[in-house]
Amino acid sequence: MATYHRYDAIIVGAGGAGLMAAAQLAGKCNVAVISKLYPVRSHTGAAQGGIAAALGNLEEDHWIWHMFDTVKGGDYLVDQDAAEVLAREAIDAIIELEHWGFPFNRTPDGKIDQRRFGGHTKNFGEGPVRRSCYAADRTGHMILQTLYQHAIKHQVVFYDEYMMLDLLLTDDGVCTGIVAMDIETGEFHIFHAKAVLLATGGFGRVFKVTSNALSLTGDGCALVFRRGLPLEDMEFYQFHPTGIYKMGILLSEACRGEGGILRNGLGERFMERYAPTLLDLAPRDMVSRAIYTEIREGRGVEGKDYVYLDLTHLPATVIETKLPDITDFVRTYLGLDPIKDPIPIQPTAHYAMGGIPTDVDGRVTVDAQNTPVPGLYAAGECACVSVHGANRLGTNSLVDLVVFGRRAGKHMLQFVQENDFHPLPKEPDYRAKAEVAWILENDGDERVATIRAELQEAMMQDAGVFRTGEGLRHLQQKLAELRSRYTRIRIDDHGKAFNMDLVEAIELGFLLDCAEAIAISALARQESRGAHYREDFPQRDDVNWLKHTLVTRTSGGLELSYKPVVITRFEPKERKY
Amino acid sequence: MQVTLRIQRFNPETDTKPYYREYTVEVEPTDRVLDALNQVKWYQDGTLTYRRSCAHGVCGSDAMRINGRNRLACKVLVKDCGPKITIEPLLGFRVIKDLVVDLEPFFAQYRSVMPYLINDEPPPVRERLQSPAERELYDDTTKCILCACCTASCPIYWTTEWLGPAAIVNAHRFLFDSRDRATQERIAILNQRFGVWRCRTIFNCTEACPRGIQVTNAIEQVKRRILAEQV
Repeated sequence: MATYHRYDAIIVGAGGAGLMAAAQLAGKCNVAVISKLYPVRSHTGAAQGGIAAALGNLEEDHWIWHMFDTVKGGDYLVDQDAAEVLAREAIDAIIELEHWGFPFNRTPDGKIDQRRFGGHTKNFGEGPVRRSCYAADRTGHMILQTLYQHAIKHQVVFYDEYMMLDLLLTDDGVCTGIVAMDIETGEFHIFHAKAVLLATGGFGRVFKVTSNALSLTGDGCALVFRRGLPLEDMEFYQFHPTGIYKMGILLSEACRGEGGILRNGLGERFMERYAPTLLDLAPRDMVSRAIYTEIREGRGVEGKDYVYLDLTHLPATVIETKLPDITDFVRTYLGLDPIKDPIPIQPTAHYAMGGIPTDVDGRVTVDAQNTPVPGLYAAGECACVSVHGANRLGTNSLVDLVVFGRRAGKHMLQFVQENDFHPLPKEPDYRAKAEVAWILENDGDERVATIRAELQEAMMQDAGVFRTGEGLRHLQQKLAELRSRYTRIRIDDHGKAFNMDLVEAIELGFLLDCAEAIAISALARQESRGAHYREDFPQRDDVNWLKHTLVTRTSGGLELSYKPVVITRFEPKERKY
Repeated sequence: MQVTLRIQRFNPETDTKPYYREYTVEVEPTDRVLDALNQVKWYQDGTLTYRRSCAHGVCGSDAMRINGRNRLACKVLVKDCGPKITIEPLLGFRVIKDLVVDLEPFFAQYRSVMPYLINDEPPPVRERLQSPAERELYDDTTKCILCACCTASCPIYWTTEWLGPAAIVNAHRFLFDSRDRATQERIAILNQRFGVWRCRTIFNCTEACPRGIQVTNAIEQVKRRILAEQV
């Protein structure tokens, strides 16, 4: 028997967005946070370089410059009403975090220190600006810690190591709660709620080389998709330029913000050819393509598929004090010393610009008119507001978490105060139970890990930095094969207690859903924009493609539709740096 | 290269006590111990159970005993462990399954030190000011990822109820923050029978910390602060 719980609001995911929303609700309504990890394990903690806000603590800056950079960085696919909210409210959100105890690095006069970051400029593109607020190279860690501390202070209820298995919607499309599994015991729990926030993070584990944690398997996106709601702009996936070669571990853009330089096998600062103004601090999509172009043209290091991130010209104290964690990663995993040695890097799958469509209050929407699903919210990487458009700027993910986590929390509070509980559907846990039973009992001949590895390899090959129609069609065939083989899996662990074999099998199902959504969206979009680069359609095409993709699963298969981009202040222009 | 993993196993649904099982895996010398565990779980024995997430030493999920020392499995390379690697769960906590332990008592100790900024003065419109020197005083203890390596390495913690190093590290982080106003309340907690004075400066905690926090030093700073405040 499943255990029944009733809360005004349920938040799924305890990273930056989930905890920021919880902070708005704690003490004001009955709220609980469900997380498949202990909250402090969430991947927000892995963010390194900073969080942008036009505080202007070191030089002139304005929110509208931040908004412009966000829109241009996103290759004009950004919804500008949302970007304006992001840039304006970033300032308040940062100050609020500081008041809650966030340990920012400080200027000599005691203000929040700020540094440069990719794509952030002064006066609409004139040159780099100091906009990124930070705490060494562990800004995300500090955000996660500060928000968790705040949650403890306000006695937020947590269900740690509970995995969401299903999202409950009535036939007329009202969200009534979720079903989760307590990982420790394997027991089912039904959470009946007036409002649910999905803050489940990204799905980087669809790719082979990624900066993402093993637990980032697109759970929230996949469950929304399975319930027949659309996903937006899934073809836009960011590859961060500087992952540790082969391992994908992130080396923050702060390395370049502090003066680091990318060099090819000939020792050339090759970004001079691709972005003469911003050089190494050009947006990530451009830098990642530049790296691969160098490699393809034979200028990788020793002819191999990597280039160098060179910090050796920086003072040792800058490296040790402003980039301590990165220094530690390079020493630990490569046995190199960034003070003396250039670091082998390659682009690493990093961030989903797309996800669950929402409005600026975090309400999940279902169509081109932004019709909301009553009671269902999403925020953070799993959501698509869309403030990142076709390519996210560095430091804007943490801004997104706190600004839209906060807005979603505030709107949920109002919603739960104005609305009553909707009755749950009959047998609310039947799908979750059936899925778990199927996986536990299935007696096939396929291993989850083998299918997952082939998925990650295929996605890297055909849905990575460079894409073609032929490659994406090949990918779709491969995904169909993997989907069929997934029905023949067999897991080793058939117990109830802490069954991570079962968890990984469920997660593979989520990854397959996300991969299919990416592939069909990418194949349809016959242009190149931001992180989506089609070698067979290398130009941006505003006439036909200045629009958001919506992909929906129907009984007849996946269906595509589109919705317009909101343009308020900045008319689309060619993107040059 | 080949390595043999000797892993402590325990399944609460079938076993009455833990036992060891050996697995041989093919790995690169530069692979993490976590990669070797994944090789076993993914391709040999899916029943092997451990926590893991970020895989690069920042989330704190995969704290375990590796050749007798508390480490994060993702921050130790197999080439540094010898041909046979013994892997066991952290000491001092109930084993839930294999390498997974019940960390609720650990988080309860953490919560007991009021690990959050307390300052009821109306905040300014902009940020509260803090000089780089004031910020530096608690920098080291902000690095804590609550992995429990330190607390589970403390011989006092194995036998006696007390806060343990990690909770004190997190108390230090606020005690030495110039913006915090709850010094007396914090000291009242830390000065209790089960507070900082149980520490015998054994330094296991400092050696165990995967983030390089000078844990014993932080505990000593807290002790001195308590004495100074009492004068």
